[in-house]
Amino acid sequence: MANTGWDEFEIGAMLRTFDGGIDDIAGTKQEDRSYTQNSSYTASVADWRLVKPVYNKDYCIDCQFCWVYCPDVSIISRDKKMIGVDMDHCKGCGICVEVCPTNPKSLLMFSEQADEETEIASWPSKDKGEE
Amino acid sequence: MAFDKMELNDIEVWDGNYAAAQALRQAQVDVVSAYPITPSTPIVEGYAKFKSDNFVEGEFVMVESEHAAMSGCIGAAAAGGRVATATSSQGLALMAETLYQASGMRLPIVLNLVNRALAAPLNVNGDHSDMYMVRDSGWIQFDAYCPQEAYDLNFIAFKVSEDHDVRIPAIVNQDGFMTSHTAQGVHTMDDDTAFGFVGVYKPMNDMLDFEHPVTHGVQTEEDWHFEHKARQHNDMMSIVPGKIDEAFAEFEKLTGRKYNHVESYDMDDADVAVVCMGTSVETAREVAKEMREKGVKAGVVGIRVVRPFPFMAVAEALKDVKAVAALDRSAPGGAAGMLFNEIAGALFNTDTKLLLSGYIYGLGGRDLTKAHLVELYNELQANADAGKLLTQQQQFIGVRGPKLAYL
Repeated sequence: MANTGWDEFEIGAMLRTFDGGIDDIAGTKQEDRSYTQNSSYTASVADWRLVKPVYNKDYCIDCQFCWVYCPDVSIISRDKKMIGVDMDHCKGCGICVEVCPTNPKSLLMFSEQADEETEIASWPSKDKGEE
Repeated sequence: MAFDKMELNDIEVWDGNYAAAQALRQAQVDVVSAYPITPSTPIVEGYAKFKSDNFVEGEFVMVESEHAAMSGCIGAAAAGGRVATATSSQGLALMAETLYQASGMRLPIVLNLVNRALAAPLNVNGDHSDMYMVRDSGWIQFDAYCPQEAYDLNFIAFKVSEDHDVRIPAIVNQDGFMTSHTAQGVHTMDDDTAFGFVGVYKPMNDMLDFEHPVTHGVQTEEDWHFEHKARQHNDMMSIVPGKIDEAFAEFEKLTGRKYNHVESYDMDDADVAVVCMGTSVETAREVAKEMREKGVKAGVVGIRVVRPFPFMAVAEALKDVKAVAALDRSAPGGAAGMLFNEIAGALFNTDTKLLLSGYIYGLGGRDLTKAHLVELYNELQANADAGKLLTQQQQFIGVRGPKLAYL
């Protein structure tokens, strides 16, 4: 691909996401799809992230809000169970944290360098409103 | 959704704008995304009226600017529809960015460009500034000299542009007001014949093919951009001319009207010739005939296909001529005119010794009169007789004030 000549690709500024056709994209899990190397599925496209979401499963109620709202399809969820964040594609926008309805939130933003286990160990407690 | 066919007389009295609108109707365009601008407005207005009167079943998208108009066309073409629009001048200038997107994405779109001067000073009349501005944008460009040709070339533009080996958008130029608002007799095709010529639209890599998802408008950097542009140029140079030939031949078979990349009039034995575009071709043809009665062997060459430029055909058409004038209807901004440069390039490595001079004329809709052309042919004949240029290589025609001559 990288070394092909001008006459060896399809015309137009277009790329195919999958090898061949795909019948039931909505019913096929990402890991089971025949992505071409043109798709960024296998590429890390998150290297400009400055802050990252950390997921704390202890408070998560699997409401799927984060999965619905994530603009980069970076929330990994299977059978309506939240599994975690795809850090190769997450850009750190913080929308998942914003929409998380639990108290305390099950997702919080930390600096890119923060240690996940340390942050989960010192997770904030329930906010009981104004003192 | 059913739509009505329209009964047309064999010859209708149409101006260039209405002729183009009728062609869009007969081609059964799926989407017209447009923003009005003088003098092209009646084309999209005409299409919109056909739609409201149930003569088309396409979509008319009224957008907020010409940039959005072409963006809408790009989206619709990428989605898999037959797409067209129209604009002029400042509108084209605002479209400029998206024109390069359309050609680079290899989307077949037909743009009726009703040629008009570019401000400042603001001017709504016809010259070729807008046509010249986008000459490197990677679009095929046809030039119509009258309403009949504006009608015919729209069908040819769809046919060539949509060919799966081509997939390059096409502009159909016509002179603002002089063609667009001048009603003449136009030989029509009936709806079935016209649609039969362009045929049912065949999508390619369309976004609405959900079983084969594609990303359109991708980014490439130094690792891929050059290959894409090389392929685009190659297809323009190697594939498009032959496809235009085929479309011209098929159209002639259907209608009897013959088009050529380069139109030659009275050129067989011509000593002197002018090369020009648009309505000036018709004026020049009339003057050439009159010059011949006075013993000057005058001819006219009209450029029909502006891009891809018919380099070889121009050289062939001019090879036996002694003196040639290139008429450019656009302010050259510190260079020789476009036609002067292209013709000089086409002739440079040939055996011809013809004398080439360039003339800038007609800016902002200034008339090119028969008297101007008589004077011009006489000047060319004097060059031919002297065997050398008696003037500078670039002059202006019809401008007030001290004579302008350069180079």
